[in-house]
Amino acid sequence: MINSNDPVLAPIGADEAQTMTRLRDQLVAAAEADRLLDIAYRTVDSPVGTLLLAATDQGLVRVAYEQQDHDHVLQGLSELISPRILRAPRRLDQVARQLAEYFAGERRDFVLPLDFRLAHGFRRAVLAHLVSINYGHTESYAEVAAATGHARAVRAVGTACATNPLPVVVPCHRVLRSDGKLGGYAGGLEVKAALLSLEAGGPIAGDTLSR
Amino acid sequence: MKPPFEEIVSEHGPTVLRVCRAVLARPDADDAWSETFLAALRAYPDLPDGANTEAWLVTIAHHKTIDFLRAQSRRAVPVAHVTETRSASDAWEPSDDGLWAALRALPTKQRQAVAYHHVVGLPYAEVAAIVGGSTDAARRAAHDGIRALRRSYRNSESDILQKESHS
Repeated sequence: MINSNDPVLAPIGADEAQTMTRLRDQLVAAAEADRLLDIAYRTVDSPVGTLLLAATDQGLVRVAYEQQDHDHVLQGLSELISPRILRAPRRLDQVARQLAEYFAGERRDFVLPLDFRLAHGFRRAVLAHLVSINYGHTESYAEVAAATGHARAVRAVGTACATNPLPVVVPCHRVLRSDGKLGGYAGGLEVKAALLSLEAGGPIAGDTLSR
Repeated sequence: MKPPFEEIVSEHGPTVLRVCRAVLARPDADDAWSETFLAALRAYPDLPDGANTEAWLVTIAHHKTIDFLRAQSRRAVPVAHVTETRSASDAWEPSDDGLWAALRALPTKQRQAVAYHHVVGLPYAEVAAIVGGSTDAARRAAHDGIRALRRSYRNSESDILQKESHS
């Protein structure tokens, strides 16, 4: 604002922040009504850190860990899907509730509309298989490769898991190396171990994880 | 490389609100803000990369506030009393709103030039592109506006408020 010679024009009134909040909420509602809200997002706190949740009108399209850099992830969504992105928690209420239940050990399956548009070809086929691995169970990368009909594509399964746009909800954490080692995980190996511990009926060790 | 629209709202929302309130009284100013950002959201995917986002938003706000000014002048038939269609809290003008009221009492061209140059910080060439006319004319309108504002605002706040309520 270049008004140094007229500082008297600077303030709009003590209620500016409040007004902005109200106008923003109205904008979200109007955008939703006019079908202009291509991506709604919010964050939720969890025992494995703050999660970013983003949804199109088709369903949940992205879950991201803090260490994946939420701003970077949103910028990616802006380029890959649409820049019509607003923080709009309502569309993600159901997702947030089911995640809270999952982390509390009270939910074993997610019942949510999912939008897989960020995964293509073989990676998408891998994700489609992952949702069939039950809570508390694991498979090896090789087993997943075999299940998708490409027994030798073990490394590609690893890549598909590493680039899973919907971690936790699409359980790539249930895929391990054939020797039982954890392999990799986008949220960090401690998080993968914590999710497996939770699903084995153990503690999730929240405080040590949220850094 | 377009940032998510959320960033546009947080970064430019307050500036555009100042523009709307410089030109319009509430609640019209707030409604003009809403219409500006809804129109901007609609058009955002087509905004060329590297465009001046702030000038783009002010241009949209310019057109939206003009729509409200036109609607006001159509409504401005003498009536015995104004029908309140909004809640009292929405129509309420805080006392520190005096300067904004003084700004809105200026002739339209002056108030637009002051709002876009002094409130937003756009250069006069950019202001001229938005309101039409030459850069010099935009500069002159802003100068005249500021001079009138100094006179009227410093003199008496209540005078201005009164003047506005009769206009």
